[in-house]
Amino acid sequence: MTAALALGDDALVLSHRLGEWMGHAPVLEEEVALANIALDLLGQARVLLSMAGDEDELAYLREERAFSNLQLVEQPNGDFAHTIARQLYFSTYQHLLYAELAAGDGPFAALAAKAVKETAYHRDHAEQWTLRLGDGTDLSHQRMRTACTALWRFTGEMFQPVEGLGTDLGALRTGWLEAVGAVLRRAGLPVPEGAQSGAWTAGAGRQGLHTEPFGRMLAEMQHLHRSHPGASW
Amino acid sequence: MATATAPRTADDEAYQRTFDAAVAADERIEPRDWMPDAYRATLVRQIAQHAHSEIIGMQPEANWITRAPSLRRKAILMAKVQDEAGHGLYLYSAAETLGVGRDELLDKLHSGRQKYSSIFNYPTLTWADVGAIGWLVDGAAITNQVPLCRCSYGPYARAMVRVCKEESFHQRQGYELLLALSRGTPGQHAMAQDAVDRWWWPSLMMFGPPDDESAHSAQSTAWKIKRHSNDELRQRFVDICVPQAKSLGLTLPDPDLRWNEERGHHDFGPIDWTEFKEVIKGNGPCNEERITQRRRAHDEGAWVREAAAAHAAKHSGTAAAHTGGRTEKEVGQA
Repeated sequence: MTAALALGDDALVLSHRLGEWMGHAPVLEEEVALANIALDLLGQARVLLSMAGDEDELAYLREERAFSNLQLVEQPNGDFAHTIARQLYFSTYQHLLYAELAAGDGPFAALAAKAVKETAYHRDHAEQWTLRLGDGTDLSHQRMRTACTALWRFTGEMFQPVEGLGTDLGALRTGWLEAVGAVLRRAGLPVPEGAQSGAWTAGAGRQGLHTEPFGRMLAEMQHLHRSHPGASW
Repeated sequence: MATATAPRTADDEAYQRTFDAAVAADERIEPRDWMPDAYRATLVRQIAQHAHSEIIGMQPEANWITRAPSLRRKAILMAKVQDEAGHGLYLYSAAETLGVGRDELLDKLHSGRQKYSSIFNYPTLTWADVGAIGWLVDGAAITNQVPLCRCSYGPYARAMVRVCKEESFHQRQGYELLLALSRGTPGQHAMAQDAVDRWWWPSLMMFGPPDDESAHSAQSTAWKIKRHSNDELRQRFVDICVPQAKSLGLTLPDPDLRWNEERGHHDFGPIDWTEFKEVIKGNGPCNEERITQRRRAHDEGAWVREAAAAHAAKHSGTAAAHTGGRTEKEVGQA
């Protein structure tokens, strides 16, 4: 189940990153909102990983090279603008993807029917914050612009084909560009001009080629589980 | 207390009589009702401290979110920490009905002028601590808070009804977490026992000083903010925990703990009030870290709140529909 693993890893890893915000958010309402999104994503991850095998074995006992999440979702939280830019790019993608999967009758249709509602909320949350930060103060504008530019090169990977998904991810690209472009323009932010591919070849995360922060993230995530082999929790 | 010395008008005395009669009849005092200044001040202090405890209390547990050993446990823990942020929001709202702003209260927390529960100054050193906090700390909190559902101030009482429902979930989840560890490998069992050993006494301290040293008790009881004494609630908690510890297969770290047939309660050993006072004074194991992290989150988030306020000001009239009133109001004051 290559596709279940790919989508599951995306949700698992981004959920973990959002979990790192807990207790650190800029305002109490965002503690609630970020945790809420993290929980939705973790719920998706559990369903998807269970389609591919045992959720805990897959989450805790694979090494870095066996994870197939996008490099985008493993990027460190950075400041609030980086978190929001990452969320805008990914939630827009995930919402478009789940809307399409929900409309079909493939293996992901049932999950997608629920996830499309969740991702609509995530997308709205990211869009509203992009507007507030982009069209807020000079400082917030500058930070949002920096974040959008910095993460742009990880977005091309989203449209690489995933085996077994039953949908053409490449075809989502136009709709994604239009949607993200419209939000950025409303926020007074330029659409980044750089290439939409990372330091590795496009599709790198999907092939288990990750960025350096990912290994440390996994070390933290897996440490306790690996310290007690065979235990149940 | 302000009201004891302030000159009084005939109106004030009539209001006081109405207030006293309402409290005596177990009616609820509501935000627009007249209330004694000291009643208002006591409630602000208590509700703010309660709200602060919810948000500081996120830290020791959030400490384990990224290391939770299974996806199910991770989801439960995330939901719990999210609930705590929500409880903080309810409680700040309840405090705001008394005429104080959330920002003002957060300022007082950040500058050490208002306190939070002493328990959150203890570190979470192992995964089992997450279970011990759920079982013991939330258990103690519920024992304290259930009577507050009947407290004389309406908004506080109603907030407590919602908080207690969610807290009892957390408490059962904590118990279940410890049970899984206790029945697990020898390493897991030892981890659970060690956590209970470290959290037991601090949990008993959550009920506050002994009755003869409790500064606010008499007045709060007369106002029906408080319904039971510290020692009564502590005894109730011990009596509940003893059989639960037994079914968990864990022991409580008190050699003097035994059933007293005559009293119909468990006797237990002396609490180390010196430690309690040190923690309250700011000398507990994590006081410094907890408040530093809270201040840092607030300071580092200032530019975000300022951006939201600036955006709202530019788009006033249309912004509220997009963002929801509360966030906008809160950031607007920042």
